[in-house]
Amino acid sequence: MSGAGIPGTSPLVTVEGIHTFYGKSHILHGVSLEVHPGEVVGLLGRNGVGKSTTLKTVMGLVRPSQGQVRYEGRPITGVPSYRLARIGIGYVPEDRRIFRLLSVMENLRTGLDRHGVIESRKQALLDKVYEYFPVLADRRNQAGGTLSGGEQQMLAIARAMMLEPKIILLDEPTEGLMPRMVSQIKNIIEALHREGVAILLVEQNVPLTLEASQRVYIMEKGVVRHQAPSAELRANDAVIHQYMGV
Amino acid sequence: MSIPLDQILIQTINGVVTGMILALVASGLTLIFGIMDVVNFAHGELFMLGAYVGVVTAVATGTFWLALISAIVVIALLGAMIQVTTLRPLLGRDPLTTILATFGLSLVLQNYALWQFGPVARNMPEPITGHFTLFYLDYPWYRIAIALLSAAIIGGLWLFLKFGTYGIWIRATTQDRVMAAAMGIPVPWVHTAVFAIGAGMAAASGVLFGPLVGVNHAMGLDWTLKAFIVVVVGGMGNLGGSIAASIFISLLEAYASLWVSPAQAVIVSFVVLILTLLFRPTGLFVPTPK
Amino acid sequence: MTSTRRPIAFWTGFCVVLALLIVAPLVLPEFWRRFVTEILIWGLLAMSSDILIGYTGMVSFGHSAFFGLGMYGAAAALISVRPPNLWLALVYGLVAAALVAAFVAYFSTRLRDIYFSITTLVFSQIFYVIIFTWTEVTGGENGLTFRRPALSIPGLFSIPFDSNTLHWFVLAVVAVSYLVLRRITQSPFGMVLQSIRENEPRTRAIGYAVERYKILAVMLSGLFAGLAGVLYAVQNRFAAPDFVFFLISGEVVVFNVMGGIGTLVGPVVGAAFFLLLREGFSRFFTEYYLIWVGLIFTAMVIFMPQGLLGFWRRRLNQ
Repeated sequence: MSGAGIPGTSPLVTVEGIHTFYGKSHILHGVSLEVHPGEVVGLLGRNGVGKSTTLKTVMGLVRPSQGQVRYEGRPITGVPSYRLARIGIGYVPEDRRIFRLLSVMENLRTGLDRHGVIESRKQALLDKVYEYFPVLADRRNQAGGTLSGGEQQMLAIARAMMLEPKIILLDEPTEGLMPRMVSQIKNIIEALHREGVAILLVEQNVPLTLEASQRVYIMEKGVVRHQAPSAELRANDAVIHQYMGV
Repeated sequence: MSIPLDQILIQTINGVVTGMILALVASGLTLIFGIMDVVNFAHGELFMLGAYVGVVTAVATGTFWLALISAIVVIALLGAMIQVTTLRPLLGRDPLTTILATFGLSLVLQNYALWQFGPVARNMPEPITGHFTLFYLDYPWYRIAIALLSAAIIGGLWLFLKFGTYGIWIRATTQDRVMAAAMGIPVPWVHTAVFAIGAGMAAASGVLFGPLVGVNHAMGLDWTLKAFIVVVVGGMGNLGGSIAASIFISLLEAYASLWVSPAQAVIVSFVVLILTLLFRPTGLFVPTPK
Repeated sequence: MTSTRRPIAFWTGFCVVLALLIVAPLVLPEFWRRFVTEILIWGLLAMSSDILIGYTGMVSFGHSAFFGLGMYGAAAALISVRPPNLWLALVYGLVAAALVAAFVAYFSTRLRDIYFSITTLVFSQIFYVIIFTWTEVTGGENGLTFRRPALSIPGLFSIPFDSNTLHWFVLAVVAVSYLVLRRITQSPFGMVLQSIRENEPRTRAIGYAVERYKILAVMLSGLFAGLAGVLYAVQNRFAAPDFVFFLISGEVVVFNVMGGIGTLVGPVVGAAFFLLLREGFSRFFTEYYLIWVGLIFTAMVIFMPQGLLGFWRRRLNQ
């Protein structure tokens, strides 16, 4: 079991009382949570409670009507997502959303061409990612749309890693994947954690989340209802049953 | 055959030449539509203003090539300005608003040209004089040059999109603008750049076309309409399709003018459009998705 | 507000405006008299377009075809039959416009959104080219000129129009058209159209034959546009291909948007606003006045998309 986030440090990302609407639907009713540097934090809850919307609000894809999101202490609510990506927030969406008509290599390059990154570092990043995901190395010139579901998921994560982010927002990475791939994803999360990358993990797969994260929030109907260290929930899963019916 | 073969061949060449210019205009239009869903009604006016900048520069400096380059640069900048001031605020709104806004702009630009340059057409000197004998005609070399230059510019665009760093940005943004932003691509600026590129290409076509007919403020209108037809027939956002459609339609029109007057030959393009929309709405050369 | 107050408010407003327009030619100088009449005609055209744009959600750039064919139809009647007969002109014009509308409707209503708009635009250009080049029949570039008919009921009376009576005639036609169109938009048919605009797939799912409604909407719209064309022909005594050119359709859409779509009255106001703006500016900036008009229009699209009367949309539709 890897160590928890460094205690005592100020949070990397804080979400304070977010209210978000989709049209007239009030999805988030005042969500608050925080992620510390290097921490893996799980976000659990049934379908439709607003987990994805929370991630999207952090990433600036959806604008909250109330509340604040902070990154490294600075408010980032309303900042366009391309700026957030550049200051270190990576996003891996629920449906992967890789660029289907671009090759694997080109998909990776979209995150690579940033200011102040010299060619050798770009190459080093690519090499590292190909090490983590040898499948992608094999398919580097293939169009993204020709990859299998699991491969696309890996590409989506690898692509986010190209940004050298301090935190990655992972939305249901194991959805629709075979068990073998699921454990691969878990290994990747752990590897990222070892590197010090924080992760906010939205998942339906409870055991995976409890194993891979240090802390877990549980959401219900647009608010965070419960928060606990994963160890505690692993030992006593009554709370999980209560909120997730699992 | 009642029409002699040599006339058909001449019209084929004419059709290809016009088709290449049209392709250059339409590529910009389809690129703009593909990436930001904007139907740029003012595209023909950018063509026209490009021709004017070209004429003015050519007369002042004496070189055609400088005229071409200055027109591209000036109009690209104008395009960028227009996008930032007028189109950015409209992002995300009903597509009708962009049609209307660009329609309003076309009014402004057309009348600006009328006011600045007057109603009398201006002559642009050909950069390459000289003819070769094509059957019974003295066919100007210049027309061949236009076709080649247009092809070169379009080819350059294609290379840029495929292999350039920013080409990847443009292609990613065209496919998924939200995810592109989430990857750090500055989408609003990509939009501006693409609009500027489209404008520059329209300007280039205007300068290339200038020596053929003479430059006047109303020349843009026909091209706007034709370019639209080509973009729809070729598949909106489909670069290769719009090039193929440009040549296809121009050839058909060139052949049609063997029988009817050029003013009537334009009906050909209209009919092609209607047929395409009825039977192959995603584009004539694009397989209809099931 | 109780539902009985609204009709009273509406009718009061309507009568006030009507009264003003009736009095107008008596107090205005000749130029402005004709100007007001023209505003009414363009207003009718804009209203007809609003049926499609504002109520059915279909942006048509083809109204110049309906308008122009109404004009040429009337011209045909006024030239071929002596003495020129007003009612015949109306019939010819409306029939011509209806035929064109049916033709365009058949092809274009299968398409949605921007493809519909482009198709209607292309159709007006097709008609433009035909009219422009078929010189023997249509007079080609120069158009047709003819004499104005008299207001007559055969056997009863015949009053030649002067600019006042013509104005009142036009006013009567436009006012009645407005009331008719208003009634239609409030009828079940009109409700279906609006539901198509709001959510087409759902309307279809409920069971309405959406295509049929769209075709009817285009024909209705085309009919009134043709009526405007007949009025124009009668007032100005000429028909020209310029009116079939797609730019006219563009201007009509401008009137609609400036005035506020979906209000019926808005487009008339929009037409008045635009025409006054154009007239006013042409006096100050003789050479490049259209630049300013274009700029104002573009600014309105960006900052005032609901148009001048847009905020009254709900009330005007009660």
